[in-house]
Amino acid sequence: MAETTIGPAESPSPRQPGRRGIIADWASDQQAFKNVSWGKAMIWIFLLSDTFIFGCFLLAYMTARMSTTVPWPNTAEVFALHIAGHSVPLLLIAIMTFVLISSSGTMAMAVNFGYRHDRRKTAALMLATAALGATFVGMQAFEWTELIMKGVRPWANPFGAPQFGPAFFMITGFHGTHVTIGVIFLLIIARKVLRGDFDHGAPGFFTSRRGRYENVEIMGLYWHFVDLVWVFIFAFFYLW
Amino acid sequence: MTQAEAQEHGAEVAHVPTAAARAEGQQHSIKLYLVVWGWLFVLSTCSYAVDYFNFQGYLRWSLIVTLMLLKAGLIVAIFMHMAWERLALAYAILVPPLLILVFLTIMALESDYTALTRILWFGTQ
Repeated sequence: MAETTIGPAESPSPRQPGRRGIIADWASDQQAFKNVSWGKAMIWIFLLSDTFIFGCFLLAYMTARMSTTVPWPNTAEVFALHIAGHSVPLLLIAIMTFVLISSSGTMAMAVNFGYRHDRRKTAALMLATAALGATFVGMQAFEWTELIMKGVRPWANPFGAPQFGPAFFMITGFHGTHVTIGVIFLLIIARKVLRGDFDHGAPGFFTSRRGRYENVEIMGLYWHFVDLVWVFIFAFFYLW
Repeated sequence: MTQAEAQEHGAEVAHVPTAAARAEGQQHSIKLYLVVWGWLFVLSTCSYAVDYFNFQGYLRWSLIVTLMLLKAGLIVAIFMHMAWERLALAYAILVPPLLILVFLTIMALESDYTALTRILWFGTQ
C-alpha cells in the first residue's frame, strides 16, 4: 500500500515502507495513527470492539448448533416467502441483503460528496441511506412477526432445535438495533450537513469540537460496519 | 492541506474541481464506488443462488465462506477506505479479529465433546 490518504491531522511525516513503517509509527511520540484524526481512530476502535460482540454471538450460535442432538431447523424453509402459490426460499432475506448493500453504496457516495463540500448531494444521499435502512428494519419487523406467529419463541419453536429461537432473536435483534441507531444518527448528521454546520465548523453537542465533513465519513464507517455484520449473519445464520 | 499533500492523492485528484483547495480526506472516483456496488450485488446473488440451487456439503460451505469473505473484503477495503489508510491503523484493526478464530477452535472442540456426552447420556435414558 504505497499511497496513503493524507487526513486532517497536522503535518503527517512521510511513512517508511512496510514493517519498518508500522514500528516507526507505533514507537513514535504521542500519536501512532499519523494521518487519522481522534474521531476516526476512535470509531475504528469502537467497531473493533463491536466485532468481538457479534463474533461472540455467532460463536454462541455455532456452539449451540453443533452440540444439540435435535436437528436444526431448515432456514430455507423457515424463511421462505409464499408468492402466487410458490414457496421461494429465503426471498425476504435476499431482498433485505440487497437493500442494505444499496444503502452502503449511497453512504459511500455521500462521504465522497461531503469531502467535496457539496451539501445538497451529501444530505440527499444520507437521507436515501436512512430511508433504505428504515426499509430494512421494517422488513425485519415483518420477519419477526411472521416467525412469532408461527410459534417461534426464545425457548422453543415448532421446526426443531429450541436453540434456534434465542439465536435468531439475539443475533438479528442486536443487528436490527444497530441499524435503527444508525438511521437516527444518519438523520442527525444529514440535518447538520444541510444546515451547513460542517462548512463553518459549528461545535458538536457532545464534545463541542468544531464539526468537519469528516463526521460524515465517521458516520459512514459505522454504517458500512452494520452492512459488514449482515454479510456474516447472512452467511452463517441464514445460508449455512 | 497544502498543494504538496494534495498531490499525494495522485490521479484521483484530477477530476476534483479546484483540487488544492478541496482535496481533503478520502476522495475517490464515484465510478469506483458504483463498480464495488455492482460487484456486491453480483456476489450476493451468487450466495443466494447457493441456497436456491440447494448445493450441499463442502461445496456449499466453501462457496458460502468464499463469497462472504469477498464481500467483506470489498466493503472494508473500498467503502471503509482501509486500502488507503496507513498500515499502522490497518494492522491495529484487522489483526485482532483473527483471535476470534482461536475462540472458534476452542468452542468447536467443546461443542463436539458436549454433543458426544449428550448422545451417550440420552442413549442411556
